[in-house]
Amino acid sequence: MADLLTRLTDRKAWTRAVYDPQVRAVVFQALLVLVLALVATEIVLNTAANLKKQNIASGFDFLTRTAGFDVSQSLLPYTSKSTYGQAFLVGLTNTLLVAALGVVLATALGFVLGIARLSPNWLASKLALAYVELVRNVPLLLQLLIWYVAVLRAFPAPGDALALPFGAYLDKRGLHLPHIALAHGGWLALSILAALALAWWLKRRAKQDQKSGPAHSPSLRSAGWVLAGLVPVIVLIWSSLGATVRYPVLGRFNYEGGLSIEPEFLALLIGLTTYTAAFIAEIVRAGLSGVPRGQREAAAALGLSRRQALRLVILPQALRIIIPPLTNQYLNLTKNSSLAVAIGYPDLVSVFSGTVLNQTGQAVEVILITMAVYLLISLATALAMNAFNARTAWAER
Amino acid sequence: MRERSLLLGLLALLSATICGAGFAAAQSATLDAVRARGHLVCGVNTGLAGFSAPNDRGDWTGIDIDFCRAVAAAIFRDGNRVRFVPLNAKERFTALQSGEVDVLSRNTTWTMSRDTSLGLNFTGVLYYDGQAFMTRKSLGLHSVSDLKGASICVQSGTTNELNLADFFSTRGLDYRPVVFERLVEVLGAYSSGRCDAFTTDSSQLVSERTRLPDPDSHEMLPDLISKEPLGPVVRQGDAGWSNIVRWTLFVLVNAEELGVTQANVEEMRTTANPEIRRMLGTEGEYGKGIGLDNDWAVSILKAVGNYGECFERNLGESSPLKIARGRNALWKDGGLMYAPPIR
Repeated sequence: MADLLTRLTDRKAWTRAVYDPQVRAVVFQALLVLVLALVATEIVLNTAANLKKQNIASGFDFLTRTAGFDVSQSLLPYTSKSTYGQAFLVGLTNTLLVAALGVVLATALGFVLGIARLSPNWLASKLALAYVELVRNVPLLLQLLIWYVAVLRAFPAPGDALALPFGAYLDKRGLHLPHIALAHGGWLALSILAALALAWWLKRRAKQDQKSGPAHSPSLRSAGWVLAGLVPVIVLIWSSLGATVRYPVLGRFNYEGGLSIEPEFLALLIGLTTYTAAFIAEIVRAGLSGVPRGQREAAAALGLSRRQALRLVILPQALRIIIPPLTNQYLNLTKNSSLAVAIGYPDLVSVFSGTVLNQTGQAVEVILITMAVYLLISLATALAMNAFNARTAWAER
Repeated sequence: MRERSLLLGLLALLSATICGAGFAAAQSATLDAVRARGHLVCGVNTGLAGFSAPNDRGDWTGIDIDFCRAVAAAIFRDGNRVRFVPLNAKERFTALQSGEVDVLSRNTTWTMSRDTSLGLNFTGVLYYDGQAFMTRKSLGLHSVSDLKGASICVQSGTTNELNLADFFSTRGLDYRPVVFERLVEVLGAYSSGRCDAFTTDSSQLVSERTRLPDPDSHEMLPDLISKEPLGPVVRQGDAGWSNIVRWTLFVLVNAEELGVTQANVEEMRTTANPEIRRMLGTEGEYGKGIGLDNDWAVSILKAVGNYGECFERNLGESSPLKIARGRNALWKDGGLMYAPPIR
């Protein structure tokens, strides 16, 4: 105790502390955090006080109130009797749907284009070049409008719809597909999940066996693989035997009964996919060009064909260059999906920070929630891609 | 000495507070801000013929625009001292709440939630409207219920979107909503055949129909499914400003009832009719009572004329829309337009 007192009153110790860069750093950072916290609290309190003073409703209670409006496309059960909270979920799932499909399709198209650009085939590489330069240099909003207004609205009215194979129709109200309801959908999903789990386990065992010698007989392993492949197929056959198919039938105004895919969704998906694919193509090209020439020559020297060399030697090495910028494109695609508002697709921005904001007037809360959701989606995407990146990257020699 | 000056200071402060309180009844922070700025800022529709749209010379015209000019004239004796801020349905309330505009005169429906939970006040009804449906004549429909299973285009964030859902769900009918943020997008979708019907306020439908390539092949269904009283909106908490905007509207209606027009307002100042003399400021201190010039009503009527003249010019027979007065006629002609007396 006395020791502490002498240390605290020791002027020299204080002086030393003041000039110690480490102490200084801690003190200044603590001060900065304190000031930021104060500013943040002040903003929150001030906003709340001003909203109250102006008699503007605030708080998050509105999420449980009845929404009263309809949404054109919803993956979840939703009617005008649902709550604003449910409307939020509808908007969120619509955003996630278009973003997830967009990411998959854009990646596939982007890889094809990127590889085509380096192809020795003159036509393929020049076509890919023209595509990339045309698409990535025109603003996305314009492209969405072109797809929506100029392309999809040019299709015929429901009465003269284009008949497609398998009882599907295409008109300016969208793509109408037969609706297939499998008899035992639950079992099918379960069997696929079980098969995936089994496959994952088998793969892990195989890796362990490679390291420490086989622990199981190969025949047992093959039986496992057969089981993983066969069970879902059997269940699929079983459930499609009792499946009911409802074909779209032209009613008084629209095709009814089938599965209708709205033109707004199609336009947004096509627009996002083609636009982002142009950027991904460039990333893929950069990744492929970034693999040293010697690798290609070595693969050729080993007698691998061009295709084999690409698949086994070049692409795996290119991936570690490709993945970090690819993550950026995924994030861009997700955020760009908010342009949906221009063509009437009910995404998160359109439904929640558009309609809900306007019907409740609670701008501050609605915008905060929307921003938080986009942040979460982006962070989750980045996290997943970083994990993937960590797996594909290998130690430099 | 020191104590005395402190006492005097306190007294001065106290008297200032009392005077301030007495003064505040007739004063308005918004009015002061508008005066200091030198012009009124009015939130209007981005483009709706008859209500608020730029004409071929680029000047804003329409009945909502005329109302803004009337308020400007009441304050500045000059109907041109207004800056118009075009707003879409989604932006309108935020623009008013945040003080970006002084008045919102943008065909906005007066509802309870808007009046009570947004920190805003409606100041009256400029146009009594109702929600209607437009379809192609070739469909041969007779009522809104015939639209079962149809695709219907509607603007998001409007009362129309809510009425539409209510109408179809209470009758157990299904329909497919196609929702856009801007009216021009809704019209484009309807025009291209994306939807079977286009629903919004009846007056807007009449106005939008003139913009279709073939107006005659479209018709309005006879039923109106809602009440849509459209009126000017101000921020809550400035009662003085609210009074100015509300009584500007009442002056327009009263002037029509009393037969005071843009042309005869100057000679009417000396008429014997005491009602007119009070309105035009020849008698009494009514204009001064709300912090304006005593002949504020004369400035309003000189700038835009009375309500009937505004209606006629923008929506009635002298306009391309040719909307009948109907419910917007004066109460004594069987309509709903009724203004409290100035006395």
